[in-house]
Amino acid sequence: MTRAHRLLAIAAGAAVIAALVLVPLSLNRYGLYILSLWAVMSIAAIGLNLTLGYAGQVSLAQGAFVGIGAYAAAIMTVNGLPLSLAIVAAVALSFFVGWLLGYPALRVQHHYLAFVTLAFSTLAFLVFRNEEWLTKGIYGISDVPRPNIFGLSTTKSLPFYYFCLFTLGVVTLAFWRLVRSPWGRAFMALRENPMRALSLGVDTRRYTLMAFAIGSALGGLSGALYAPLTEFVDPTPFTLSLSLNLLMMVIVGGSGFFFGPYLGAMIAVLLPEWLRFTQGYYLIIYAVLVMALLIYSPTGILGILDRYLRERGAKAASALRAAAKASLPDEAAP
Amino acid sequence: MSNLFDLVIAGLATGSIYALVAIGFTLLWQTSQTINFAQGEFVMLPAFLMLAVMRAGAPFWLAIIGGGLLSVAILGVAFKKLLVDPMLRHGVLPLAIATMALSVAMKESVKQFFSAEAQPFPSIAPSGSVSIFGSSVSLQSLGVFAFGVAAVIGLNLFLERTSTGRQMQAAAQNPTVARIVGVPVERMIMLTFVINAALVALASLLVTPIYLAKFSSGDTLGQAAFIAAIVGGFNQVRGAIVGGLAIGVLDNLAAAYVSTQYRAAVPLVLLIVIILFRPEGLIGRPEERTV
Repeated sequence: MTRAHRLLAIAAGAAVIAALVLVPLSLNRYGLYILSLWAVMSIAAIGLNLTLGYAGQVSLAQGAFVGIGAYAAAIMTVNGLPLSLAIVAAVALSFFVGWLLGYPALRVQHHYLAFVTLAFSTLAFLVFRNEEWLTKGIYGISDVPRPNIFGLSTTKSLPFYYFCLFTLGVVTLAFWRLVRSPWGRAFMALRENPMRALSLGVDTRRYTLMAFAIGSALGGLSGALYAPLTEFVDPTPFTLSLSLNLLMMVIVGGSGFFFGPYLGAMIAVLLPEWLRFTQGYYLIIYAVLVMALLIYSPTGILGILDRYLRERGAKAASALRAAAKASLPDEAAP
Repeated sequence: MSNLFDLVIAGLATGSIYALVAIGFTLLWQTSQTINFAQGEFVMLPAFLMLAVMRAGAPFWLAIIGGGLLSVAILGVAFKKLLVDPMLRHGVLPLAIATMALSVAMKESVKQFFSAEAQPFPSIAPSGSVSIFGSSVSLQSLGVFAFGVAAVIGLNLFLERTSTGRQMQAAAQNPTVARIVGVPVERMIMLTFVINAALVALASLLVTPIYLAKFSSGDTLGQAAFIAAIVGGFNQVRGAIVGGLAIGVLDNLAAAYVSTQYRAAVPLVLLIVIILFRPEGLIGRPEERTV
């Protein structure tokens, strides 16, 4: 990357961050709720992007981990424990369950793995709905409190949005470091060619389990924020369709691209809102747009960008080569 | 004892429908690596197409033919040409996601353009019941079972005994070699999509009188068919039959003897156990792995 490119990237990043901090000041409660939801869903999608995009393990259970995190946070905070403790518990629980769910991935791959995780997702929903002593069943847990951070109440929508944004920022930095660490390279080796990775000395067994566990832990974190965001937790949001939605976010944004999940979550959360003027048709339009996008670019939106940049790079390179070729005889002539 | 007998008969009836849907599912996977997450909605739609033809004033028998042809055109030909063909070369996952989006689009379209309410649907089987071994069995269950079994046997005969059926199998098992020996692979793949559409249309015709026509009725059916396909063996038509019947019976028995709350969990647990310990399914062949 040249220096100009780097400066451009930093400027773009700063502009996005400034917009995320400043724009909400002018939003009403519902707008803030939608933006907070975007931040929360982004975290879950980042987790799935690690499992799917970087490590290549298909998971249809991310929605279940959001549910596990949400229930853990709701049950603990309603009983008077602080949210910070609940977040730690939700992340630890999801990490542990995700680790266990990774074991089938050691035996089976691809579509079989998709079906195991799909079954897990539905089983988790049944537990949320039926274990009334713990989850209050279909009646749900209401009045989930929002936290106080350093003495500041986040009961109002704006401070809570900043809390979600801050958490997303922390996750972003941690994830940035993770994918650039030897671990991140091991995950990608797992995706590209597991046999080769194994023969090169990557402990594929451990990294497969880790990819599931860390991805699921981020799902749990997302859930632990979701519970205080909606202040009410019942089983309906955590059906299989949430898992499918999260998967769609990752693929539509661009699976395996760092910024894919942010973009995918933004489309999945905001686009239906923007299409609301079409009334009953908005979900149809949304679904058709997703299909059209995938037909045009199966690697998602960032895939289009990537292709464009690469083509431009290739053109520039071939122009350089042509120029070099043209100049060669001149040098040889005298 | 007679109670158990009733449950098994009713289970076999729904199971034969699951089998029809599961066979289509495995056919698509075998010939073109399409995991169709909209398969449940594929069963939901034909009933509405038939209802639409009836609303236009046609009698029931004509509506079955008209709706069936429309189903084949939309769910068979258009689905393959518009969605599967452009995406297939990009691998399994983007296409699977696209079918998820398709299922949303189909559900919402029916809800918007037809009705959000459940619609009654006429039955092709006679009502009433007969007495077998001292317990009364509804004619509808028997009719559904008979139709389902007849369709499955017919399809199996077609695949095993006719030249076209064998060419289809060849195209599914090894497209490259099939092409070398002169099988029109492309046409065979299209044929599997048409057969899948016909199977789901038949399943729709059989199942809708029992559960009514509703935009969301594909959810449970699709998942049951999934499980049936995997439990039986993802790469074999016979497996889908065994899986479908097994899931149908198991589902009914679980509702009666386990608990209604965790009824849906029994097939799922079976699914996980099967995948972990016998991934090729009850009667499937192991898939070879390549490096």
